[in-house]
Amino acid sequence: MLKILKRDDVSKKESILIRFLAIALSLVFSGAFIFMLGYNPIEVFGNMIIGALGTEMRIKETIIKAIPLIITSLGILVAFKMKFWNIGGEGQIIMGAFAATYVALNFSDDFSRPVVLILMMLAAMITGGIWAFIPAFFKVKFGTNETIFTLMMNYIALKWVTYLQYGPWKDHNSQGFPKVANFDIHAVLPSVFGIHIGWIMAILLTVIITIFMNYTKKGYEIAVVGESIETAKYAGMNIKVIVITAMFISGGLCGLTGMIQASAIEKTLTVSLSGGYGFTAIITTWLSNLKAPFVLVTSMAFAILLQGGSYIQIAMQVPSSVADMIQGMILFFVLGSEFFIRYTVGLKTKEVA
Amino acid sequence: MWTAFLFAAIIAGTPLLFATLGELITEKSGNLNLGVEGMMLMGAIMGFSVGIWTGNPLLAMVGAILAGAGGAAIFAFLTVSLRANQVVTGLALTIFGSGFASFVGKGYVGKVTPPAIKSFFHAVEIPFLSDIPFLGPVLFKHDIFVYLGYLSILIASLYLYQTRKGLNLRAVGENAAAADASGINVILYKYIHIIVGGALCGLGGAYLSLVTIPVWQDGVTSGRGWIAVALVIFASWNPTKAMLGAFLFGGLDILGFRLQSQGIQVSQYLIDMLPYVATVVVLILSTRNNKREDRPPQDLGVPYFREER
Repeated sequence: MLKILKRDDVSKKESILIRFLAIALSLVFSGAFIFMLGYNPIEVFGNMIIGALGTEMRIKETIIKAIPLIITSLGILVAFKMKFWNIGGEGQIIMGAFAATYVALNFSDDFSRPVVLILMMLAAMITGGIWAFIPAFFKVKFGTNETIFTLMMNYIALKWVTYLQYGPWKDHNSQGFPKVANFDIHAVLPSVFGIHIGWIMAILLTVIITIFMNYTKKGYEIAVVGESIETAKYAGMNIKVIVITAMFISGGLCGLTGMIQASAIEKTLTVSLSGGYGFTAIITTWLSNLKAPFVLVTSMAFAILLQGGSYIQIAMQVPSSVADMIQGMILFFVLGSEFFIRYTVGLKTKEVA
Repeated sequence: MWTAFLFAAIIAGTPLLFATLGELITEKSGNLNLGVEGMMLMGAIMGFSVGIWTGNPLLAMVGAILAGAGGAAIFAFLTVSLRANQVVTGLALTIFGSGFASFVGKGYVGKVTPPAIKSFFHAVEIPFLSDIPFLGPVLFKHDIFVYLGYLSILIASLYLYQTRKGLNLRAVGENAAAADASGINVILYKYIHIIVGGALCGLGGAYLSLVTIPVWQDGVTSGRGWIAVALVIFASWNPTKAMLGAFLFGGLDILGFRLQSQGIQVSQYLIDMLPYVATVVVLILSTRNNKREDRPPQDLGVPYFREER
């Protein structure tokens, strides 16, 4: 018989090693799966790397994919730290983009470029924040399940923007094609070193969230609420206020992602602008072990997967959904590996009553 | 007109019925599996591809069942044996399942269900029952897949509330430690019901790809798996209410189309929002409800470790 013991002395090295092994194993398994479907896994993986990092141009593309992942993950991290399962990142991104677009379409002529951009960011963060605030409010008020609530908010946001795109916001100059008008240059984020300044925002925000979570009272309170509501209550914390503020920050960061994608990438509002980043960010956040600096690493790794995934579709006619499957597999293995970080398994030598 | 609408609502609600029942059974064992959407997609593509491959409707259904059960088995192993976080594992299953479905389904996009399967799922009138005024034409002139749905609900209700095993299952979901102490094999109960639940979700997906939308398209479930998760709450963990909820939401799903054909001008996109808004409203109302029998299983989402009892 096998016995399972809880271990309390896991060195950092060991836990990183276990995670690393899990990721390696997941790649072996996905490789086997790819092989079963008739492709050469080494060629597929190799092409993914080449497609993501092969040329300067592709590296830039990969970084552009990492930016929304980083910022969304930071947002989700704040909620997850509190064990508030915000899976509504997708909807918060879309609503942020919606608000930014409203500003871009109506005020681009009235202000200078920096002012328009800052107004767009503020509008996006507030709207994304409100979109996360709604489920948070009902969570603290009635204990409503936040997982399903935030998820439903994704679909509502998506249908709302679809409605705008096909209805009231349809561009009259686009020959009947259902799209929202393109942004004025005042509403487009400038570039630094050939990449839009979202990358600077992503790095800055990582630093800010790291400090916020580790060195401020609010950040500490969020972590305590996540560890144990009872402890938080006992310590006299106002849990309702903490949950609501944290969720507002969480949604606000996701909303900012929406602004960046609308302004720098699409230069308009589209339904596909969130591109599944809200969901992928859940994985990158979890893999980072809810530590902001690691979000940079995991987001970059997943950006390589995404960029490589779209490259193999063109280069090898391998569907890009293979990248989704690999994402799922990596997550399965990492989730499974956590067991071995928390417990040891050995042969049962003596019956323990 | 009402008859036609309700008839169509039942067809639109049948995938939800299977998925909701599957998630309900899973949750009764104390596990919250958010991978419903993924398992439905896996069932949809396996049902469809086996159907194309063999032309046999029963094998197609078996394929869907195995795919859903397989997805659920991964979830069960990770959350029950390896004690992984249920929320994140369920999400991983959904991501994996949608990737799996669009990867396997790549070659099938635009392909049509074989005629042998189409004719197999033709409407069959149940003698006598279909003659009942109003209810007959609404309920008893469907294909056998729909009847299988009614039957599953009936069996699940009997199983949960009239059998010893059903009682044990509810005990596992309410208080795993106490169930364990009374000699119930908690781990086995959890595994079996998670996997059966997944199989039902797979069938729900297959109804979409084999009957309702008989042309393969990517992301064929379009969020129905998530509505099913919410419907379990709506139904307050009761199979009969789950069936009513599934048909109600099926009705909402087709409402926009019907209204437009009646000459009422509403934006399709706003109507499309209705099921999700309704789910949110139901979610809020159901959490305010404090009746004892309407509450979720007490140990829902709580992992069970005998060593930490």
